[in-house]
Amino acid sequence: MHLTDRFLRDNDLLEVAKLGCERDDRVLFSNLSIQLSPGELLQIEGCNGAGKTTLLRVLAGLSGDYRGQVLWRGQKLSRVYADFRLSTFYFGHKPAVKTELTPVENILWRSRLRNESYTDQFVFSALEQVNLAGYEDIPCGQLSAGQHRRVALADLALSATPLWILDEPFTAIDVDGVGWLEQLLARHIENEGSVIMTSHQSLSKLSDRVRKLRLENFRVSDEDEIHDDSEAWL
Amino acid sequence: MSAASLEGSKAFVELVKRDLVLAFRTPGQTLNPVAFYLMVASLFPLGIAPEKELLSQLAGGIVWIGALLAVLLSLDSLFRSDQDDGSLDQLLLSPHPLPLLVLAKISAHWLTTGVALIVMAPLLALMLHLPTQAFPALMLSLLLGTPLMSLAGGIGAALTVRVQRGGILLTLLSLPLYIPVLIFGTGAVQTAVEGMSYSGHLLWMAALLMLGLCLAPLAIAASLRIVADG
Repeated sequence: MHLTDRFLRDNDLLEVAKLGCERDDRVLFSNLSIQLSPGELLQIEGCNGAGKTTLLRVLAGLSGDYRGQVLWRGQKLSRVYADFRLSTFYFGHKPAVKTELTPVENILWRSRLRNESYTDQFVFSALEQVNLAGYEDIPCGQLSAGQHRRVALADLALSATPLWILDEPFTAIDVDGVGWLEQLLARHIENEGSVIMTSHQSLSKLSDRVRKLRLENFRVSDEDEIHDDSEAWL
Repeated sequence: MSAASLEGSKAFVELVKRDLVLAFRTPGQTLNPVAFYLMVASLFPLGIAPEKELLSQLAGGIVWIGALLAVLLSLDSLFRSDQDDGSLDQLLLSPHPLPLLVLAKISAHWLTTGVALIVMAPLLALMLHLPTQAFPALMLSLLLGTPLMSLAGGIGAALTVRVQRGGILLTLLSLPLYIPVLIFGTGAVQTAVEGMSYSGHLLWMAALLMLGLCLAPLAIAASLRIVADG
């Protein structure tokens, strides 16, 4: 993409300027700038404890303890909270799956909280996609950790939200599942959706559309900033 | 996307339904406070004296203290399981107003604990020889008092949701808020035992309940946001 295109682009979904965050007197990141447009995937990398999850929690609006500015569609996040929440899917460390409920019940309550609702048929087909066909009416307590995450991923596949914030979505997912999830991400990006994710996985199928941001301990090297003049896309 | 109307009432109903189903599928956890309530109340006659005159004087207080302790016992799990499996984040990120969702959780808590305590109360009152003319006062005061305890206790539960073994802290935070409820509740029963009008006590409790309904969800929502920040 050409430099001028980048500056003319005014439809940034999420824009972060001079973001800084400290936890327990330790600087996790500072002066971080990110622009995310529809159809982009931002992969955040960094070693354990570098602040990836904290960054995602700030971007998702879960944490307000930061310096700098987060803009949603050009407006301050605090002003357009409702719109932002309606447009975001957050997939955290913990899958938010109730062990007492069946996969179908779990997807229904989660979607209702996001103000989305699906028919049972939709939910069943999504569960089939994530290899949970036949487990629809079994309490999640009897399923494995990977299957819990698959329930949450089925919910993700159903969601019509444009921005996905995914914290280590590949954890505890088997090889088939990884392939399926990569396809899901590719389809979402093709449909002008955006993804911010942390992962140690290299996204082989999407390598040409992935922008990477690396968080170092105590220091940030934003590859985007360093190569700002020449190439925004890596 | 932004044009989609927010259906807050549907989210409210869904969340109440979800929590009721959860309570129904883990009966052990749900019935724990009720069993505790029965035990506390039935130990008093053994511990003090099974004399009718003495017990009938103490009955109102015993039933009320039992109910208060049972609610305290049940509060710890109010937001804990949601925090443990990550559901709390989904609640916080919902486009629906958080106080509304909090109120849904509190309603479900009251329906599973408060209602059970109210239903058991006449049985305990009978066992403790509470004079029959005080029964309506006991029931009405519990009907107003138990939702108030769920609401006020929710604030402590929200603040301690990330504290491992925060039980004692939760008790310390909630007890001061419970003292007015206890005073008016036992006051109503006592006045009824003496054969006087107890409507003043009940009106005070109703006023407190209104205050709690308006303010507690806001306070709980704010607490949850602060705690999620850490």
